[in-house]
Amino acid sequence: MGQLLVVEGVCKRYGAEEVLCGVSFSLEKGETKVIIGPSGTGKSTLLRCINRLTEPDRGRVWLEGMEVTAPHANINKIRSQIGFVFQDFNLFTHLTALDNVRLGLLKVKKMGRKEATERAQAELARVGLAGKADAYPAQLSGGQQQRVSIARALAMDPKLILFDEPTSALDPELIGEVLGVMVKLAHEGMTMLVVTHEMGFARSVADEIVFMERGVIVEQGPPEKLFRAPAHPRTAEFLRKISELYGEAA
Amino acid sequence: MTVESWIQVWYALPVLLRGLLVNLELLLGLLALGLVVGMAVALVEVYAPRPVAAAAVAYEWFFRGVPELVLLFLFYFGPDQFGVQISAFTAAVLALGFRSSAYQSQIFRGAIQAIPAGQMLAARSLGMGRLRAIWHVVLPQALRLSLAGWSNEFSSVLKDTTLAYGIGVVEVMRQARYLTARNFRLALPAFIAVAFLFLILTYLGNWTIGLVERRLRIPGLEVRR
Repeated sequence: MGQLLVVEGVCKRYGAEEVLCGVSFSLEKGETKVIIGPSGTGKSTLLRCINRLTEPDRGRVWLEGMEVTAPHANINKIRSQIGFVFQDFNLFTHLTALDNVRLGLLKVKKMGRKEATERAQAELARVGLAGKADAYPAQLSGGQQQRVSIARALAMDPKLILFDEPTSALDPELIGEVLGVMVKLAHEGMTMLVVTHEMGFARSVADEIVFMERGVIVEQGPPEKLFRAPAHPRTAEFLRKISELYGEAA
Repeated sequence: MTVESWIQVWYALPVLLRGLLVNLELLLGLLALGLVVGMAVALVEVYAPRPVAAAAVAYEWFFRGVPELVLLFLFYFGPDQFGVQISAFTAAVLALGFRSSAYQSQIFRGAIQAIPAGQMLAARSLGMGRLRAIWHVVLPQALRLSLAGWSNEFSSVLKDTTLAYGIGVVEVMRQARYLTARNFRLALPAFIAVAFLFLILTYLGNWTIGLVERRLRIPGLEVRR
């Protein structure tokens, strides 16, 4: 298997509602894949099933050939290799930006204090926040908080990063700085799986786009194909709606 | 209430203070016991599987539901029935400590549940185990939020230490009673003196907690006044 991430037949049900029904796809090393689709179609649940923050009911997930969903998999070790960026940042409120980035290095990777500090400072610099190391989350703007949370994920040297609508909680003028960091990461060869409504980002950065609706993948393909000539009428309709909403030429 | 009786109480102040020291020892003992057990009960109620959590709820119900004097008597006279001798001081620390743990557990539980679920999710996503996430992420935040409620519990149990009088601990109330037993006219000045001592302790204690609260204050994680 040359794939970095393989997802096979993942299903998740909440009560009577089937949120995911048999989702399969794979991700190559260095690839950026963008998942789009209407709200409530299971995109976030899918991301959480990949590192088992949500336990899938059925289906299997492999990271570099190692089965994440195996009953005795060391899930903490696996999670430490998968970055996760949340819609509402979830920075640790009681810690400074530096400590947010450093915590995983110290407590999960058991890195020495000096080394962890240097690494954390480097990651903050990488997202353009070298000067904010001592600020607490409440003292940062939403865009800055999200960039710290990306630095927190990056510091762990993840094999891939999952982005769960990273700009949806941001004021419009703050979206650009977060997308800028993500574009840079994609160009540096980071493997990324991104759930987003930012079609501009999807178009310019994604190697492939996945359109999901009602818990299934309706269609997937490179952005040129999906945006120009979607094979499925639902895809076309969704793209039209979203371009009206966001005023972007889709 | 003559000037004479006030002077006598003034001269007896060292004796009262010696009694008060016992109250402080009781206080430290019961707060420490209450803190450790209370935190454990809170964590079990929030995170443990249902049957275990139910046991914690039953524990908390018992110790919040039984009058303190009854608890004191149970802990002092109870072990004796089984041939276990226990000092009045130890019985008081245990009875008041377990009782306080039940109250403290609810302060901690409320604070733990006030921490957004996303904090735990973010910690787990970094690869932290549940206990490690609780220790490094949830508790440092929850304890800060607990301080306001905890200062309430502190003020309350500080005064409850005088209930140890009921099982014969020689604390400040007992010392005051010794004074007034010899001369009943000392009653008012003696108990006013005791009241005054507790007012001072309550003030000092809450001032210290306030200081800790300010020291540990973090932008975005403060209880606003």
